[in-house]
Amino acid sequence: MSTNVAYYIPHKATWPVIGTAGLVTMLAGFANYLNGSSSVGPAFMVAGLVVFIIMLVGWFTLQAHESETGMYNHDVGISYRMGMMWFIFSEIIFFAVFFSTLWYTRNLSVQWLGSGATKELLHSAYQATWPTNGPGDVGGKFEPMSAWGLPFLNTLILLSSGVSCTWAHHGLLAKNRDQLIKGLIVTVALGFLFVMFQAFEYHEAYTSMGLTLGSGVYGSTFFMLTGFHGFHVCVGAIILSVVLFRSWKGHFQPENHFAFEAAAWYWHFVDVVWLGLFVFVYLL
Amino acid sequence: MSAVVAEHDDHHADEHHDHGPAKGLLRWIITTNHKDIGTLYLLFALAMFFVGGAMAMVIRAELFEPGLQFVDPAFFNSMTTMHALVMVFGAVMPAFVGLANWQIPMMIGAPDMALPRMNNMSFWLLVAGVLLLASTLLMETGAPNAGWTFYPPLVLQPITVGKALPFAVFAVHLLGISSIMGAINIIATIFNMRAPSMKMMDMPLFVWTWLITAFLLIAVMPVFAGAVTMLLTDKFFHTSFFNAAGGGDPVLYQHIFWFFGHPEVYIMILPTFGVASTIIPVFARKPLFGYASMVWATGSIAFFSFIVWAHHMFTVGMPMAGELYFMYATMIIAVPTGVKVFNWTATMWKGAMTFETPMLFSIAFVVLFTMGGLTGLMMALAPLDFQYHDTYFIVAHFHYTLVPASIFILMAAGYFWLPKWTGHMYNEKIGQLHFWLSAISVNILFFPQHFLGLAGMPRRIPDYAIQFADWNMVSSIGGFIFGLSQLLFLYIVIDTIRGGTGEKVTAEVWEGSSNHSLEWTLPSPVPYHTWTTPPTVVPTEHVLDSH
Ligand code: HEM
Ligand SMILES: [Cu+2]
Repeated sequence: MSTNVAYYIPHKATWPVIGTAGLVTMLAGFANYLNGSSSVGPAFMVAGLVVFIIMLVGWFTLQAHESETGMYNHDVGISYRMGMMWFIFSEIIFFAVFFSTLWYTRNLSVQWLGSGATKELLHSAYQATWPTNGPGDVGGKFEPMSAWGLPFLNTLILLSSGVSCTWAHHGLLAKNRDQLIKGLIVTVALGFLFVMFQAFEYHEAYTSMGLTLGSGVYGSTFFMLTGFHGFHVCVGAIILSVVLFRSWKGHFQPENHFAFEAAAWYWHFVDVVWLGLFVFVYLL
Repeated sequence: MSAVVAEHDDHHADEHHDHGPAKGLLRWIITTNHKDIGTLYLLFALAMFFVGGAMAMVIRAELFEPGLQFVDPAFFNSMTTMHALVMVFGAVMPAFVGLANWQIPMMIGAPDMALPRMNNMSFWLLVAGVLLLASTLLMETGAPNAGWTFYPPLVLQPITVGKALPFAVFAVHLLGISSIMGAINIIATIFNMRAPSMKMMDMPLFVWTWLITAFLLIAVMPVFAGAVTMLLTDKFFHTSFFNAAGGGDPVLYQHIFWFFGHPEVYIMILPTFGVASTIIPVFARKPLFGYASMVWATGSIAFFSFIVWAHHMFTVGMPMAGELYFMYATMIIAVPTGVKVFNWTATMWKGAMTFETPMLFSIAFVVLFTMGGLTGLMMALAPLDFQYHDTYFIVAHFHYTLVPASIFILMAAGYFWLPKWTGHMYNEKIGQLHFWLSAISVNILFFPQHFLGLAGMPRRIPDYAIQFADWNMVSSIGGFIFGLSQLLFLYIVIDTIRGGTGEKVTAEVWEGSSNHSLEWTLPSPVPYHTWTTPPTVVPTEHVLDSH
């Protein structure tokens, strides 16, 4: 924090290789599981996951400690912010792939299947409308998800959580710890509420609407987009919980709170992706 | 900035007092030093170069004569698939990341990479990804064999993938995370760690090209990750992304793949351009011709690489407007590429040239890369590509852009910087022998493949019609010579690390090099930590032309 401190270069990092080992063990286990191994596969997955979580806890504890003891100067903070910014950028691209898939499917492949020689020669009864599970009626009859039930409620929830998050940030900047903590509690609570409602929605889809991941290309795009988003909400809420815990422990100063900022950026990113989902997956 | 490390905390002080490397093998596992990590990347890449090379030898042995000789067709297809994956993701890309690790901090006057712990993780994720992929070689159903492009529906058929698909998919995820972390680190380092006295337009071109490459990586690795994720769910979770019966489209996969794939080939060539632009001026003893235009050409190639992807899909079926658009857009890339070739040539023009091994490889690069670019232009013509597509012509095209371009420049970089890194001189005679053997055999290997392709020999097949026999034999002989010649390089690397010719090298190593770039102002071998205080004056010989 003091400006004359040099750029901090850590030595002898043990967490990265531990985390890598956890990750690769988990993925190898998952691959085995997909190939039909019901004992070794899951065992590796759990073991890998445990190691990975231990790494996350250990590594972030170390970083928090270093940050609080003033080992990071202004330049280190800039590097971290750049890192987070470009990480979020790569995540945006990842979502863009699935949004593009939805666009391509709705506007091109479904149209091609339902017109011209393809239609005449292969499946003349097929109507190219959206939602669809394709000319093969893959997955059987299903009901599409409407925008105006839980999804709309979830939109309000996420938008409010964005506001409470910003309110918490203002609290941090104004040295109002009470506001910081309350704002974060509200944000985290709304985040988990969102996830809960989405779980209800999925339950409803699977049990009474016939809508599954296997419901042709509608089901595929629906669950892929909302599923990856839901996963990101979970991750974001967990990150915010950690930030909440640290705020409660007295961490963060108006001029030194990278972790808070990173979590907030991530949360807003998740928020914006949801708006895209609400419009393109549910509304249109 | 005053010193590298601040001691603030007694609890951790023991760690931070120690500025040298850790002892023993552990040093390499937990290191955060950019030079150590660079070395790890480079050695790993070299090892993978020989693994991928061995697979290529299997391919060329099988194709030596018509008929099935040595391997069964499924294994042959595994070899073409794994050869490509290992070379692209295990050899060429990591080798350039290794160079970036060594060179970028030294060239911009930074004490290390901006995010050293993440740097360590990038490397180990790479190893993990490659191991996951390589593990499929040991499975009874064999390694992936549907081609490095993983096209559905072929890749989803049980017979073609066996149990390999999920491993390949997760390997791609790990390699993707590794590349993205590496790229973020490079961006943060270049923007945030540069010596205050170095402006963006003073940066050596190697730094510039890597900066732009890093953006390409962040923008396309997630695309590849998304594409293979959909393959995985189509195969194991009943989705229909690429299944027409469910309303999906296998062609969509190709669009997504090539949206990644075309920038990916530039990820392998832009740093190549950067190294060439660094080496050629030193041996021509002239400033680089057209520094600013080199920067702009790099940027515009990167930009165009995002909007030409479907030139890989001319024969797949596209609306006519699409065929035309992708044809013209692709040809536009030849313009900035031409600017570069012109600039390298003009840099050499009337230079006081000498022809040490790095320069020989660089000159061969300029000539032979141009060959690859020209065949690229031929294939960019949509109507002609209907004949070339999926034949050995395209195999010749991309091998000219990758072997005598990317690989040659990586060799040049090795010869150029090894004396700086190790403090030892390599054996120039053996270096030149390596060059001439490589340069001649690479043409014996790949030039006849143009003829084979034009005559209609398809790629990715273990057997062929009798009329292709002669040129295949020639090509295989070239391949064996090329493969064997690379053992010389291995020898030279080991020999140089262990003392080389015994000749003491100066800080400059190459006459006048310190006017070009900062690393040559440091002692040889370079100390473990460099630029703990940033340099105040930066050499600008390389940008003279634009000031
Ligand atoms: C002037 C520049 C270039 C042009 C116009 C060009 C054009 C093309 C075209 C049209 C194809 C598709 C051919 C087909 O599938 O029928 C192709 C394939 C390919 N190009 Fe290039 N190219 C250029 C430069 C490069 C460079 C610099 C690299 C790599 C460093 C490269 C690597 C490849 C690869 C790997 C493939 C084959 C991919 C596959 O199907 O497996 N190209 N190129
Ligand atoms: Cu291309």
